[in-house]
Amino acid sequence: MKKLLIALLFAPLAAWSAAVGYRLDRAPIDPTDLVSLQSGAQLFINYCMNCHGAQYMRYNRLVALGLTEAQIRDNLIFTGEKVGDTMRVAMTPKDGKAWFGVPPPDLSLVGRSRGADWLYTYLRTFYRDPKSPTGWNNAVFPNVAMPHALWLLQGERALEIAHVKDKAGHDAVEYRWRQLAPGALSPARYDAAVRDLVNFLMYVAEPEARTRKTVGIVVLFVLGVLFVLAYALKKEYWKDVK
Amino acid sequence: MASRLTTLWDWFDSRMPSVAEEWRKHAAEYYAPKNFNFWYYFGSLALLVLVIQIVSGIFLTMNYKPDANLAFGSVEYIMRDVPGGWIIRYIHSTGASAFFIVVYLHMFRALLYGSHREPRELVWIFGVLIYLTLMAEAFFGYLLPWGQMSYWGAQVIVNLFGTIPVIGPDLALWIRGDYVVSDATLNRFFALHVIAVPLVLLGLVVAHILALHDVGSNNPDGIEIKKKKDPVTGHPVDGIPFHPYYTVKDIVGAIVFLAIFCAVMFFAPEMGGYFLERNNFIPADPLKTPPHIAPVWYFTPYYSILRAVPPMFNSQFPGVLAMGLAVLVLFFLPWLDRSPVKSIRYRGWLYRAWLAAFVVSFLVLGYLGTEPTTVWGQFGFDAFFLDTRDIATWAARLFTVVYFLFFILMPWYTARDRVKPVPDRVTM
Repeated sequence: MKKLLIALLFAPLAAWSAAVGYRLDRAPIDPTDLVSLQSGAQLFINYCMNCHGAQYMRYNRLVALGLTEAQIRDNLIFTGEKVGDTMRVAMTPKDGKAWFGVPPPDLSLVGRSRGADWLYTYLRTFYRDPKSPTGWNNAVFPNVAMPHALWLLQGERALEIAHVKDKAGHDAVEYRWRQLAPGALSPARYDAAVRDLVNFLMYVAEPEARTRKTVGIVVLFVLGVLFVLAYALKKEYWKDVK
Repeated sequence: MASRLTTLWDWFDSRMPSVAEEWRKHAAEYYAPKNFNFWYYFGSLALLVLVIQIVSGIFLTMNYKPDANLAFGSVEYIMRDVPGGWIIRYIHSTGASAFFIVVYLHMFRALLYGSHREPRELVWIFGVLIYLTLMAEAFFGYLLPWGQMSYWGAQVIVNLFGTIPVIGPDLALWIRGDYVVSDATLNRFFALHVIAVPLVLLGLVVAHILALHDVGSNNPDGIEIKKKKDPVTGHPVDGIPFHPYYTVKDIVGAIVFLAIFCAVMFFAPEMGGYFLERNNFIPADPLKTPPHIAPVWYFTPYYSILRAVPPMFNSQFPGVLAMGLAVLVLFFLPWLDRSPVKSIRYRGWLYRAWLAAFVVSFLVLGYLGTEPTTVWGQFGFDAFFLDTRDIATWAARLFTVVYFLFFILMPWYTARDRVKPVPDRVTM
């Protein structure tokens, strides 16, 4: 019983040290930054949409990012779809399965299933791995079927996962990154590009998110006014209850 | 104008006087104790959430498609392409959790003030039936978005029925309509969720309120106000007409509730993954089991109890039985409680301590049910009696025992408790 109590006391600590896996970076996204969202849309369409679709997202929704329908049609649609169509991918799930082992998932809701921090870290932690079928591996999602789609931008990196002892003598994992070949972007510019892409993916996952908050403020204000009136009414009626 | 309306009303009233009569019986001349406090808002709030769920649900069915190939997409269609659809969907998803929060607080109120005690046993029994029906309603509804958690949650819960000896496998098959959760399951769960269970729910709510209005409401002092009546009017001296006093008071409560509801709905509809789970934004995939399956938060205390009981004779049934008993034991509460007083205000420390232990158990079990059993790490030692070294599993066992002891020992500790004298009249 005593041991159980001790175990319970230290349980939170145990949970903390038991947390495994690559530590996620906080994604510095800003859903109000239209420039970032536009650049994210461009990256998504150029790099992601070769394999991934966003089948619940319509192209003409991108007007919310400050684009006109003509701009969307001329700059972001390469496959002859209409501006009211959803962002579907040409690759069939069957081909995807044959080429990658699993069909590349639709990304309409990946922002909500994975979260911004996960995506932001994941897209920045690909490394060269000669043992994997694609030649790439990932620190956040080990043995992922996806190759590094943004490698031209980030360049090639190597990762050494070292098992070391930390100051307190506990087992710890150290991630040692090494740049093998430079990409088109500097590390800082690459992080900014991924930020834009994640910003866009979060937008796609819930396009109404910003409207939601605006409506919310109005609704709460109205309820606040109603509360004052209802409370005054209650006070008036209850005056004679003793 | 006024006289015309009066004429119209007189015409109506002379043909159907029961409307005015029922209004008097259940509102204008229903005498409720004047000392209701904070805890007495949750009954009317539960009714409000019921209405919210029914109305938002009707609008959702206008665009939802109960088809395994279309269901997930139709929910996203509602979220993106149906004007105002996202509001309706968030109202309904937030409402589901709000329903359980309100109902749990409503039930806790009964434990505080002895509202389940004689003469209100039937009110309590109808209430527990409502709670059971609500669980069924939530379970059927949770499959409909057809996400990974919908799918695997349903798979796990239906399999629980499969562990019942002899009839289990056939029963599970009968519920699913297939060997796995599939399109057939989705279709029947839709039917049950939108019509069958809501009808039962509405009927039980009517029975709950009628039974309450026959015996009259309890109050924070646990005093029967009907025992002290004004000799002239014949009304309870500590009673006030429900309308207008409690209608105007409950409107204030409803507005505060709606403000909290809307704050969640508009600013955190996922509620950190508790109201809308992350995995449920991935379409159901019968070939891919998620690494960690947990039911939605309102079922997790029972899920914890299920996991805490070790399998016996190669069967999970003991855990399922414990989970079922954890809910069914509520029916016996009015007869387990032997205290001469109803309200916690006049009870002694024994009941207070047991109630506190029960609430802590319920909350900890609820938390543990949302997490994998490894959440608190493992014991650093081994012993012959340790079938698992997961600390959380042992904690869940401890709290499961406390949960059941609260009920099993109740006849003993409530009878033995040192109670205070109850006043004649209610205190404000």
